[in-house]
Amino acid sequence: MSNAVSALQDAVFKGSVTIKDAGLQGMITLRGDLSSDALAKAVKTATGTAIPETGCINSGKKGAAAWMSPDELLLLVDYAQAETIVAKLDKALAGTHMLASNVSDARAVFTIEGKGIRDVLAKGSPADMSAGTLGINTLRRTRLGQLPVAFWLGSETTATVICFRSVGEHVFNWLSTAAQKGSLPGHYT
Amino acid sequence: MLLLTCPYCGVEADETELTPGGEAHITRHGAGANDDDFETYLFMRKNPKGVHFERWRHAFGCGKWFHAARCTMTLEVFGTYSGQTFEPPKTLINKIKKKRPDWEGFVK
Repeated sequence: MSNAVSALQDAVFKGSVTIKDAGLQGMITLRGDLSSDALAKAVKTATGTAIPETGCINSGKKGAAAWMSPDELLLLVDYAQAETIVAKLDKALAGTHMLASNVSDARAVFTIEGKGIRDVLAKGSPADMSAGTLGINTLRRTRLGQLPVAFWLGSETTATVICFRSVGEHVFNWLSTAAQKGSLPGHYT
Repeated sequence: MLLLTCPYCGVEADETELTPGGEAHITRHGAGANDDDFETYLFMRKNPKGVHFERWRHAFGCGKWFHAARCTMTLEVFGTYSGQTFEPPKTLINKIKKKRPDWEGFVK
């Protein structure tokens, strides 16, 4: 079996904020009826969290569950366990209208650390980055430049950005350019 | 700049995060329809100066289609509502009537 690597292979950029390739991250797209008890139970088993509220991400011991759309969740799990968890979800939700798919290698994940995270993301996204709208653990699906991304803030100084792996390098370079030292407008800091 | 609130995810989305889907509530005449109906379905669109009902897709967000009512002249957004409906909700129509007393009402 080939050696799995993440999109940017642990690249790090240090500017006004630090941008890191988050490494291998297990990710599962789960579609189904989010109001059903069976799905809630399956998500709890897979990630240790409850189904997130609309537009939020719940983190637990084993992983996290992010609300992507009214019928879709993104489960963040251990990379090595992803396939096993997909099989378990298929089994637990068999007979219902659902889909579970391992998308770990189809996405790239970056973490951004520093005080200026809201400013860096606001450079490329039309999303309202103020704390009132984008609180901690609010998942915002939006665009960065012309590319679809999703991001959330784990705290006021850490953000996580997920994008398609095929544009991973571009997004990393884009974020690095946006985070050049002395280039932040300081609108949110 | 047009800001529409997606009724599915509650996000106040910028126009650039959305894909326009044209006029809403069009009756789709398919196989077996007469030529006039089919022509109307394919080509005839309203182009009002004022209240207009439209379809939009939250393309860079949750990906769902929804409906929006807005004024084509002032860009005022009256409201957004679910995509799973054949006509605008009554509450929204009443709201628009209050704001635009001259409006002729929703015509399919």
